[in-house]
Amino acid sequence: MRATAAEESQSGALVLLCVASWAVPGAGHLWLGRRNKGLVFLIALPLMFAIGLALRGRIFPFDLADVLVGLAALADLGIGLPYFIAGGLGYGAGDVRAVTYEYGNAFLIVAGLLNLLVVIDAYDVALGRK
Amino acid sequence: MAILQSHLLLLLLFAFFVSLVFAVIARDTAREQLRLGGLMFAGFVAAAFVLGWLMYPVPF
Repeated sequence: MRATAAEESQSGALVLLCVASWAVPGAGHLWLGRRNKGLVFLIALPLMFAIGLALRGRIFPFDLADVLVGLAALADLGIGLPYFIAGGLGYGAGDVRAVTYEYGNAFLIVAGLLNLLVVIDAYDVALGRK
Repeated sequence: MAILQSHLLLLLLFAFFVSLVFAVIARDTAREQLRLGGLMFAGFVAAAFVLGWLMYPVPF
């Protein structure tokens, strides 16, 4: 069965919503009119990511030879634009000698994973499931 | 920053952020979010203390 133009348009809007929600934490909820939730995500997630960087955590490279490093890199990428901004500004090199190194990694990885949950939540809201 | 080297403070900060985001995702009203977030935060902190004490005798 061929999709109608309206269905294709709706599907395109959903993809755009998910991409926006990934790139800017909370943008999806703001787009859908969930202002309070969107603002909480917009502040909390980038702040958590920034704290991870301040703790000398590492933004992991996509090293597929080491599965855990590859997975950590995927999780880091989950935060969206802050990932690229931090990389562009030279942050996220990590300092394994720092006492807070592992804490920093935990903050960076979990911030990315939480943002992916936020994307899924925005998708559910857009579909009317919530 | 010396303040960011406190393990307890970092634990509390981490628990706060995770509880906040989970509560806001899972509940819609501020009252429910506060209740769930508070419970999760307390659970994180209590689990950290209990596990810390249980691991205390472990020699590595």
